Amino acid sequence: MRPSLVLLAGAVAAPATAGTVTVTIPRLDVAEYHRPYVAIWLEPAGGGAARTLGVWYDVKKGGNEPGTKWLADLRAWWRKGGRSMAMPADGISGATRAPGQYRIPLPADLKPGAYVLNVEAARETGGRELVSVPLTVPNPTARAAGKAELGAVAVAAR
Amino acid sequence: MSPVLRRLIAPAVLGAALMSVPAIVSAHRGWLLPSGTVFSGTDGWVTVDAAVSNDLFFFDHQPMRIEAVKVWQPDGSDGQLQNGATGRYRSTFDVKLDKPGTWKIGSAQNAVMGSFKADGVEKRIGRRGPPRPGEGAPLTVADIPANATDVKLTEVSGRNEIFVTAGEPTTKVFATTGKGLEFAPVTHPDELVAGQPARFRFLIDGKPAAGLKATVIPGGKRYRDAEGAQELVAGPDGIVTVNWPAAGMYWLNATATDAKPTTPRATERRMSYTTTLEVLTP
Repeated sequence: MRPSLVLLAGAVAAPATAGTVTVTIPRLDVAEYHRPYVAIWLEPAGGGAARTLGVWYDVKKGGNEPGTKWLADLRAWWRKGGRSMAMPADGISGATRAPGQYRIPLPADLKPGAYVLNVEAARETGGRELVSVPLTVPNPTARAAGKAELGAVAVAAR
Repeated sequence: MSPVLRRLIAPAVLGAALMSVPAIVSAHRGWLLPSGTVFSGTDGWVTVDAAVSNDLFFFDHQPMRIEAVKVWQPDGSDGQLQNGATGRYRSTFDVKLDKPGTWKIGSAQNAVMGSFKADGVEKRIGRRGPPRPGEGAPLTVADIPANATDVKLTEVSGRNEIFVTAGEPTTKVFATTGKGLEFAPVTHPDELVAGQPARFRFLIDGKPAAGLKATVIPGGKRYRDAEGAQELVAGPDGIVTVNWPAAGMYWLNATATDAKPTTPRATERRMSYTTTLEVLTP
């Protein structure tokens, strides 16, 4: 989070700031747990180019099998645009996250319209899940939840 | 299957693709099975199983010979096949996907089969099945004597190819030559998703292969009762539309026969195209 940027955007763009996405990574009771790879992206509701808001992967792992090797396991995101991005991506990619709630700002320059927010998680020795939820800009509000690999996904206007 | 038939087809270099043997043999399917089709980055390797069998994708019959298998890099230039090995039931090899884009891996066969009569004796061109002990090299077209009669020749050609992609899919390896039966996909073969129909165009001598027949069979045969084959026919535009009921690996085989061989004196041309396709979940 960069509160100053959000504040600034709010002050300049008269109609609305874009909002905030909250993603929950659930705590799982499994013998072998690895933090999931997660991708968060927006697609225009009528189809069109995806805009990636966040990618959490094993950024530090290098060598023969770098952390990027498994990005394709986020297969919906990979197909929708992940494969055309260079990693690491400034302001977008980051390390995998422990279970908990994470807030990701929606880009302040989002044009008004209908979108679908997608959150996809894939976990080593675990499952894969995609949660999609429609939202409109300005004043987005949305709520959905995963069943296995993702907890609540919420969008709020601020 | 009878022992005799089994022996006949035993080496089946590319059994299904060669199709030069009696109809029953076409049930033997040659296939290349990649470890994956969608790869991230350019540090990855694809490893491929190559075999000939009835049930897909179980290696339980004959290995596919890999001497003729070639690799095309995304820019169309030759790539490298590594760690090739042929076992009792299957061959394996690796390809290092060190360049971004779509790679092609596979082989093509061309043969002329048939017969002629010389001095009242019928002789065969080409060999059906494996070499038998004590048997010399098969006769070729060049062996047909000037006084031969009843010359019957069939041109047989087949391609068996797979496509794997590192990073973003590209289409250069789909460039066609305008010769024989060729695959010109509309839907990229490394972007297949269950529930989303895929469209593949087939060309014969560069023109849409209207009416071409294609069979699509899902892998995992041992774990279900039905063969689950889809029998499809290309429209006037040469396009076959495939619906994927579920994610998984699928074997596609397209065949066509016409009377436009390029070999002198041949009267018929039999063509086949085989590929293995990976369908992912949405």
